[in-house]
Amino acid sequence: MDVVLLSRLQFAAATMFHFLFVPLTLGLSILVAWMETRYVKTRDTSYLQMTRFWGKIFLINFALGIVTGITLEFQFGTNWSRYSAYMGDIFGSLLAIEATAAFFLESTLIGVWVFGWKKLSAKAHATVMWLIAFASSLSAIWILTANAWMQHPVGYTIRDGRAELTDFAAVIFQKFAILEFFHTVSGAYILSAFFVMGISAWYLLKDRHTALFTQSFRLALVFGFIFSIFIIVEGDLHAVDLAEKQPTKLAAMESHWDTQTHAPLYLFTWPDPETETNAIEIGKIPGLLSFLTFRDTAAEVRGLKDFPKDERPPVLLTSLAFKGMIGLSMYFALMTGIGLVLRNKLQKHPWYLKLMFFSIPLPYIANQLGWIVAEVGRQPWIVYGLLKTSDAVSPVASSQVLTTLIAFILVYGLLGAVGLYLIVQHVKKGPSEAAA
Amino acid sequence: MDLQTTWFLLWGLLWAIFFITDGFDFGVGTLLPFLGKTDSDRRMMLNSVGPLWDGNEVWLITAGGVTFAAFPTVYAVMFSSLYSALMLILFALILRGVSFEFRSKVESPLWRKIWDGCNFLGSAIPALLFGVAFANIFKGIPIDGNGVYQGNLFTLLNPYGLLGGLLFLLMFVQHGALWLGIKTGNGLQEKARRTVFRVWPALVVTAVAFLAASWYSTSLYDNYLKHPSLFIVILLTVAALFAVPVFLKKSAWFFSWLASAGFIAGATFFGIIGLYPNLFPSSIDPAYSLTAFNASSSPLTLTIMLVVVVIFIPIVIGYQVWAYRMFSYRMTLDDLDYEEAY
Repeated sequence: MDVVLLSRLQFAAATMFHFLFVPLTLGLSILVAWMETRYVKTRDTSYLQMTRFWGKIFLINFALGIVTGITLEFQFGTNWSRYSAYMGDIFGSLLAIEATAAFFLESTLIGVWVFGWKKLSAKAHATVMWLIAFASSLSAIWILTANAWMQHPVGYTIRDGRAELTDFAAVIFQKFAILEFFHTVSGAYILSAFFVMGISAWYLLKDRHTALFTQSFRLALVFGFIFSIFIIVEGDLHAVDLAEKQPTKLAAMESHWDTQTHAPLYLFTWPDPETETNAIEIGKIPGLLSFLTFRDTAAEVRGLKDFPKDERPPVLLTSLAFKGMIGLSMYFALMTGIGLVLRNKLQKHPWYLKLMFFSIPLPYIANQLGWIVAEVGRQPWIVYGLLKTSDAVSPVASSQVLTTLIAFILVYGLLGAVGLYLIVQHVKKGPSEAAA
Repeated sequence: MDLQTTWFLLWGLLWAIFFITDGFDFGVGTLLPFLGKTDSDRRMMLNSVGPLWDGNEVWLITAGGVTFAAFPTVYAVMFSSLYSALMLILFALILRGVSFEFRSKVESPLWRKIWDGCNFLGSAIPALLFGVAFANIFKGIPIDGNGVYQGNLFTLLNPYGLLGGLLFLLMFVQHGALWLGIKTGNGLQEKARRTVFRVWPALVVTAVAFLAASWYSTSLYDNYLKHPSLFIVILLTVAALFAVPVFLKKSAWFFSWLASAGFIAGATFFGIIGLYPNLFPSSIDPAYSLTAFNASSSPLTLTIMLVVVVIFIPIVIGYQVWAYRMFSYRMTLDDLDYEEAY
């Protein structure tokens, strides 16, 4: 296998694994901070019990998120050195700012939170968790701004064979970055809400600690509902922006081959890149694609055939991932909507609780699908329109990349299994009696 | 001072802070199987660095990130050239990170043994390999005109590189033992004291050997010979090393630790000053060397990053000092007796 493919697989494995933990860190930190604040305000120890129960899961998840995050910073240099040399002027500075302005705060305070129960006042201790939540979202802003720049490079000029920064404000305030940030954190908050609701549902079904987990469920429900609705509206805006900035990705998402006015939207398609048509097309809604992308049912939407074959992303994977993500987001809105209706009699509806328990993995899948759309849909470019992925890899031997790829799969597989085991054990054991 | 030189020195400073802070975590981890004979001793050791190691490790992320931002070509060539060594460091750091969180969650001796082993390897391997990597950078790396590495992992394991590895390992072990002395009492503290007194002579010999070998294997001394006043850095570094046992004899653990920190900073800057203006010298042809001037970012990026660093690094140091003060107290067994402790 060649270095490009191996490096792509390695990066995909490392980022996708990393992103199993990041969303829960982003969302659960807010929920735990809120629980702890309730404790400080009410001095009701059940809130403290809640804080410590969810806090412990948060910490296991956080540890895995941290150690897998370091990998990514290393990999830009080890595996994508030509990319790094070409883009470092802009991309490197965003990563460095993330470390100094956000990651330091998060990592220093996590130790303070874990070990500071007796060293800090209750109020200060809760504030620390709020700061951790703040720092992790701040960190997301910088990382996603860097990614947005790979999707839509702005504020640069090509000089001496590399991209150099000319307008910093253009890079950090670009619309694409702002949309990407809200999209990603909303997805993360939905995941966290479903995680908390799913585990709470399990306790409610078992009739254990019902007061504590009814409260947890309802808290997560409100949080989840808000962002499930928000992400649909935001996702729509994101797609409109995408149609203008990454027409090939949009066409691949909808497996839209021929440029046409009054472009229809299909609920499901199975594209066939060989014949440049869709083998299966189900649920045609005339004019909807034109309307969604340009707010006009008659607007012209560019199709894949408008672009040279070597500048089209893998259509099948991009479109399936996109449709899957959309379907799941509808499901999340529906389930949280139902939850709001049932919120005062949750235990009378075991079918709903069961469904919610088994729904825990779904937002994880939706988050991963979203990244597949973003990254696979950008191919063959590593920086859209500027640098191809095949020109970005390091001059290293494929054996080195293969060896480390195997090592990543083994080590990550093991760590993932251990982390899951510890969380399951912790959940089975249940919350311990609170000692203030 | 021009922007590039400023950044060169900041680059060195960030590495020095990383070695000082995460250095004692590495030292404690390396000493884990040797000093931690009982489970409570091992927990005491792990928890002595427990609240701080995570924040300390971010200095590495920042040093790496700043290399990427300020000297992208160096970042690209350094990380791809040292591929295998850095991947080993990475896996070691991954295992160390999770070992803290995982080891005490299950009450099984085997489980704990496995994660303690990971903590040991995850500490000793980076300690050694950072030394090997930096000694090789001092010596020059076989990179060609396209920044392509003409060697493999074993090219790095030459005598000078290994001497650098040993120096770093001993330096961090001493630093870690001194931290244990600050954080623990009675039994462990006594063991920590004996460790320092045993490691110190070896460290002196290694440091002298490294200084001598650098004369033959590197061109680090060129800058010192050009500006003899720079020799003061070497003198201060040696003085810091000799201050370590002086303070320790008075049981002034904290000052002894500070002296050790000074030695680590001095050892780093001994190399950094000698390297200037090279960041990543080529051993094939000096013309291929990456310097602060031919490998830096644009002036705009350097300026923006300087503003960021000047604002945030003091803030970071501020809250890290706050955290250090909170957690530098002497621990007792009671400190292990709560849910979230490692």
